[in-house]
Amino acid sequence: MNKTSASHLVPLVICLATACLFAACRHQGAAPVSIFPDSAAVPGWTRSPEVRTFPADRLADYIDGDAEKYLKAGVKSTSTADYKYKDQIQVVVDVYTMSSPSSAKTIFESEPAMDAQSPTLGDAARLYSQSLIFLKGPYLVRMVAYQESPQLPSALLDLGQAFESKLSR
Amino acid sequence: MKEMAEKTRRDFLKDCAIGALAAGAAPLAFARDIHPSPTEQGKSRVVIARDVALYGSSSSPEAARVEKLLDRAMQNFSDSSDPVAPWKKLFKPNEVVGLKVNTIAGPGLSTHLVLVEAICERLQGAGIKPGNIVVWDRTHGELDRAGFTLSNDPNAVRIIGTDSKDAGYDETVLSYGVVKTRLSNLLTRTCDAMINVPILKNHSGAGVTLALKNMYGVNNNPDHLHANNCCPAVADINMLPPIRNKFRLIVADAMTGCFEGGPMFKPQYAWRYNGIILASDPVAIDQTAWDIIERKRAEQGMKSLSQAGLAPKYIAVAANPDHRLGTDDPKRIALQEV
Repeated sequence: MNKTSASHLVPLVICLATACLFAACRHQGAAPVSIFPDSAAVPGWTRSPEVRTFPADRLADYIDGDAEKYLKAGVKSTSTADYKYKDQIQVVVDVYTMSSPSSAKTIFESEPAMDAQSPTLGDAARLYSQSLIFLKGPYLVRMVAYQESPQLPSALLDLGQAFESKLSR
Repeated sequence: MKEMAEKTRRDFLKDCAIGALAAGAAPLAFARDIHPSPTEQGKSRVVIARDVALYGSSSSPEAARVEKLLDRAMQNFSDSSDPVAPWKKLFKPNEVVGLKVNTIAGPGLSTHLVLVEAICERLQGAGIKPGNIVVWDRTHGELDRAGFTLSNDPNAVRIIGTDSKDAGYDETVLSYGVVKTRLSNLLTRTCDAMINVPILKNHSGAGVTLALKNMYGVNNNPDHLHANNCCPAVADINMLPPIRNKFRLIVADAMTGCFEGGPMFKPQYAWRYNGIILASDPVAIDQTAWDIIERKRAEQGMKSLSQAGLAPKYIAVAANPDHRLGTDDPKRIALQEV
């Protein structure tokens, strides 16, 4: 095989490696990194490069004290990334991959709704002034903002829709 | 080097032995010593200082107001007209003083940096060198995410996680009751004295987390200690000699609290309590925190923690004759709101 024909194989090898990695993530129950919309995928939003993933047996490293209820409900893994809205508002997005839609619903319904709005998003959603939680199949997505802004709820919804679209594929 | 290491280890074991002896002594002796008001002998003082304008129009508390609030709390706690004198009474200039903060919930519900800065300011006023003040929690990552700039500069206040290569967990396994664990070297070896700087929170397992539960951030296996609403594990871990002997003061950050969904930050369940709570009795301050959270839940029309099956049972266990870590009896708590 000469050098030219070998170079033709490089994209194929990369594709195969990516497919294997994606399959491995799926196999372990991890939400693939690709479900986190990139910077500028949604106007006003930027994402930090790192997406951290915690399998069920390491969830306490991330949310010690809160991990028990997710473990009881059947969490398989949790992925998390930091976003910023208009370079000012810090937001953390957690995607909990549960064992089934009903186990995701168990977590969702265990939390009092308080004065939440119920936007049309995923299978069920709750929107607050600083957070958005929604279900899509076995996924529970939680977005928490660390500052307030009048535009924030609608911006969270925009980002939520981008996640929903990726989780639907 | 080996000799030095062995000496340190012997010192640590001696510390444990002293602790075991101390366990049989009156648990509130220290508390009485620093506020010896004759009218309150035998009672554990808990001071709640609040400032409704603490946040002003900002999303963060104002530093100057936090410093004043801390002084007001501390001066009332110790019957002192001088803001620095109580700190001098508590800590000697040659001691290494640690601040165990709580940063697991990220910037929304972690110990506020401005409060830590105010405490460090007062410690330095009391003669503690900046390099002898160590602000710490279990991981670098959590400290960083909560807004603390990590530093191991010996000439500045050190900010460090136990997961740092310079810290780690002590090799000695300590046990009491259901707890079998290794404690942070920052507690067992680095610090001579400690200040507990927890956050006022509901906890989905324990019911309430403030002073006693904050000790789940000083050991290597907190995830093994959540069974049965963390009871009796929370009380048991607080019996370990390095915890029992070194923690001298609790400065609870109650500027923002959470009444549901803790320990992580869920803004819909958080509220501005605008307070700092001071005590040296970890049981009395936790009992007080429970009352505060219950009042907020009632105001929100929610079930009480007891009705929700989340009463913090560990508080009564911490006060029982097997633990004697403090008092949960309201008649023995001198609560002062200033």
